[in-house]
Amino acid sequence: MAKAVETQNLEAVKSIRRVPQEEYYLPGHRTCQGCGPALTYKLVSKAAGPDSIFLGPTGCMYVANTSYLCSPWAYPWMHTQITNAGAVASGIEAAYQVLIRKGKYKGKLPNIVVMGGDGGSIDIGLQAMSGLMYRGHDVLFIMYDNESYANTGIQTSPATPYGANTTFTPPGEAIPEGKVLFPKDAPQLVIGGHPAVHYVATASVAYPVDLINKVRKALNYKGPSFLHIHSPCPKGWMFDAAKTVEVAKLAIETGMWVNYEWEKGEYTYQHTPKEYKPVKEYMKTQQRFAHLTDAHIAKMQAFIDARLKAPGIPVALPVLGPREE
Amino acid sequence: MSKKYCEKFKIPKHLEVPMGAVIPAPVKENRNMITGNWRTERPVIDHEACTLCLNCFLFCPDACWHLDEKEERMVWNADFCKGCLICVNECPADCLTPVNELEFKGGVVRLEKPF
Repeated sequence: MAKAVETQNLEAVKSIRRVPQEEYYLPGHRTCQGCGPALTYKLVSKAAGPDSIFLGPTGCMYVANTSYLCSPWAYPWMHTQITNAGAVASGIEAAYQVLIRKGKYKGKLPNIVVMGGDGGSIDIGLQAMSGLMYRGHDVLFIMYDNESYANTGIQTSPATPYGANTTFTPPGEAIPEGKVLFPKDAPQLVIGGHPAVHYVATASVAYPVDLINKVRKALNYKGPSFLHIHSPCPKGWMFDAAKTVEVAKLAIETGMWVNYEWEKGEYTYQHTPKEYKPVKEYMKTQQRFAHLTDAHIAKMQAFIDARLKAPGIPVALPVLGPREE
Repeated sequence: MSKKYCEKFKIPKHLEVPMGAVIPAPVKENRNMITGNWRTERPVIDHEACTLCLNCFLFCPDACWHLDEKEERMVWNADFCKGCLICVNECPADCLTPVNELEFKGGVVRLEKPF
């Protein structure tokens, strides 16, 4: 008879004062000033604690951190190809299950966390991630979303919003709005197609205690879970490095980003504003939207309104739409 | 590169790499990548006005602020702060001010050797 594998139980953090002081993503890395994904990494590793294994598919957080002999992680970390983060994580988890079953590894199952970028999760790495979710390994898959392939110089990805100026979608005479397509909805992609998943959530660096609690909740769930974290990128989105958290907050206030949890079919919403600000306020903080005309912004606003009112994505408070100026 | 391989091909000792290229993890700071000379402005704290809300500690991407629990004050890490000034922007008590690096005697932007 197989012995039940012991898993870790992480407590929820109730206030800022209770956030652990220990750092596991240490100072001394080459990320840009005011890097949103680095802030995400710091908070996630704080939440997961020392008994964790992190996997980094190719992306900003691999390229900017791992010049040889100076990786800033205080826990085991491993680089995977951008395509196969899910497959490597499945292998590590399965190996630990066998070692624990045979009594060769004493201790609890470590927290296995994949820190994929938007490309490594829902574009190039989609098949491996989907395979992990389908097979039901006990892994937390985190998608830190900086809305572009930033490590190669800001190319467009399926998470890039409509109208953004990237090196693959420069605005010009033929296509004045830059990016023409609307982005993929990552959490709905996971919720819709993977019956083994019981916990999916979105979080933002603007609300760190909420982010830490969601990571801990996801790690406590047995089986795969998915977290989508909004991490503004000062270089790619072209705003001042000091405004990373401000931009993330504004995204929630305008409806560009919605913080919610999905637990076994039940939605709960966090940080829903009573009244959404017009999307224009968010867009004018960033240079990547500077070329857009009013017609383009109206198209974006219509997309956001439709997404907030769509059936199947209930919102806790009534959505009043943008204020009339 | 294993030791045997290094001896065979006379590779200098500082280029020896352990099997699998596994490297030790840093404990408190990663001294191999000092980023303090990136900044042009540094946040200066007024301890009298500080309310210990810990916003700077939470929002710093480089983990350069931490709480000294004995002295009840925030401590700043000069060696690694990149000067993004998120802490100045997010401080609710307005006790942080950005000051130009050239105002300080040991301002880290003054490198002895050019790059």
